[in-house]
Amino acid sequence: MIRALEGLLADGPPSADRIDRFLREHSFPLVDGRSVTFVWRGEADSVNLRHWIFGLSTFQPLRRIDGTGLWHLTIEIPERSRVEYKLEIIRGEQREWIMDPLNPRIARDPFGANSVCHGEGYATPEWALPDPVARPGRIEELAVPSRALEGVQRVDVYLPARFRRTRRYPLLVVHDGDDYLRYSFLKTVLDNLIHRLEIAPLIVALTGSSDRLREYGADPRHAAFLADELLPHLQAHLPLIHRPESRGLLGASFGAVASLHAAWQRQEVWGRLLLQSGSFVFSDIGDHRRGPVFDAVVDFVNQFRERPGRPASRIFLSCGVFEPLIYENRTILPLLQSAGIEVRYEEARDGHNWENWRDRLRAGLSWTFPGPLWMVYE
Amino acid sequence: MASRVVLLGPQRFQPTLRDAVRELGVSGPVAVVTAGWQERERENDELRAHLDCEVVDLLLYHRYDDALLRDRPLAQALRRRQEELQQQQQLYRMRLEHALAAARQIVSQPEGAAVEGHLLAAIHAVRHLDRFHLRRLRREHESFEREWEPSRRVAVARHREQLAQLLDRCDLLAIAGGHVAVLLNRLRLFDLRPLIGSKPVVAWSAGAMAVSERVVLFHDSPPQGPGDPEVLDSGLGLCRGVVPLPHARQRLRLNDPHRVALFARRFAPAECVVLEGAARLEWRGERWSATPGTLRLGPDGTLREVAAS
Repeated sequence: MIRALEGLLADGPPSADRIDRFLREHSFPLVDGRSVTFVWRGEADSVNLRHWIFGLSTFQPLRRIDGTGLWHLTIEIPERSRVEYKLEIIRGEQREWIMDPLNPRIARDPFGANSVCHGEGYATPEWALPDPVARPGRIEELAVPSRALEGVQRVDVYLPARFRRTRRYPLLVVHDGDDYLRYSFLKTVLDNLIHRLEIAPLIVALTGSSDRLREYGADPRHAAFLADELLPHLQAHLPLIHRPESRGLLGASFGAVASLHAAWQRQEVWGRLLLQSGSFVFSDIGDHRRGPVFDAVVDFVNQFRERPGRPASRIFLSCGVFEPLIYENRTILPLLQSAGIEVRYEEARDGHNWENWRDRLRAGLSWTFPGPLWMVYE
Repeated sequence: MASRVVLLGPQRFQPTLRDAVRELGVSGPVAVVTAGWQERERENDELRAHLDCEVVDLLLYHRYDDALLRDRPLAQALRRRQEELQQQQQLYRMRLEHALAAARQIVSQPEGAAVEGHLLAAIHAVRHLDRFHLRRLRREHESFEREWEPSRRVAVARHREQLAQLLDRCDLLAIAGGHVAVLLNRLRLFDLRPLIGSKPVVAWSAGAMAVSERVVLFHDSPPQGPGDPEVLDSGLGLCRGVVPLPHARQRLRLNDPHRVALFARRFAPAECVVLEGAARLEWRGERWSATPGTLRLGPDGTLREVAAS
């Protein structure tokens, strides 16, 4: 049991007042080295910790302290971990997943929000927080007609601070662009890293999809849209550098599959890839058992494993060690390296979520689009 | 040689340029070099407003492009030379990484006679490498000068003549920061040093680096790579005995005494000076003076106030 809790319970079941004071005086979850204690107060039949750490049981019951409405659970979490979680409150037949009311830290995603536990030594990177000194870029909207995707695609375009048409810029195309903006704070990250000279001032096309699992699941129409429609449209309207090493694709999960697939289909077009927690599911033999939505993905990744080719000259690959996809990402790494691609690979003690992907952006963007940090002293 | 050279820190949030110019007894016209801003060279409204006197834009960045557009053989030669210089820099970096790694490991050992002996030798090895690199670069520059005589070629000479006339009617030269290699290349192509004559010079950030003896690039915590300070090239040499460090508090781990000590000892006897805030260094031909609070990196790993030399 964690020390703070031991202190509370040292003299037997604490009174309500003592519990009130204890909750006021501490931050939750309680962190003491690798020991992390989750605490909940209330009336219920049972309370479970719900998390997405691959390798641990997905639900773990909290224990009630006799004579009180206080529940607790201590687990081991490695240093510098970041864990998203919820509490499951069970009363009779009713099951309710809630955010931890004692923990103000939350992370949002397209499905809502989760509570966040910071393990010992983890802190939100300062370059991901708003910096009043960083000159802001701006976002403009483009409409890109597409035969491949049968309709007009709305694309937001990030233009860096002090953008000028007399200069040429590298291009990054982002899958799930809206989600990167909202949940990975991509604009703040871009503004800050450009200001810090750690990445090149670049133009970023933020794309999305209304049929994500199909379009991002190794769909050749999507690859065609990117290379044959979006890229020429952007080149016609924006001052871009016309070299593959100045063009990149970024995506997470299925977005990473889409990025790799698009680059693999059109080799020599996209010189840079940032692949975050890619859903690089494959099967050596038999059925992949991930469900039909993965069929096209598995076909692609199996083909890629046979013939990796050279989809890009420089790739940033990352994955959380708490993700079930860690195996697939560790497996694809040597394939990329054997193709003569310069790969930087990073693992994090985190899961399949947007703030994990946010936390990797400095390393990924500075690797693929390095800035003039060493040369510019303003 | 410039009669006085004043080095300042970054000017964006705490501009001290106007005060420095006034204290030199200059009320205009002031020639400015903003070539380090590259394509933003002409966007100097804030600078003009701050100086509040007549400002003469030397436009070195645009003149360079114009000259090379008119002299294609020179442009190609410069491009080839740039590739050679980049290769030299990469080879130097490969050796430097190992030499500095050794010095860093040794400096973090518990103090003792044996450690100090090896540390001296390790620092000596890094200094030797820096000198070797600078000598090779100087040879490249001299060879290029001999072969091409850039400042005498028609397109360059025409601009140089205009620059001479502009500078002639100015009382001071101000050199802004920005991209230090771009700035240095432009200053070099037009051989600005003789044109400056004995005029006072005020330079900040990359401008301060460009006018010193050697240009040292530095960042202790880059997102990629080991963060080894490296010598880029010789500077114009308008002042001696100082390695300017603009934005030092952001770029260097000044609370790491081992890194600070190593930096200071590597470039000794030159003083490695933190150029930030109200920091100001003035060079008067043989001696330095500094405003109170201007700090340097100490060989013992601490930050010390710069004493007048």
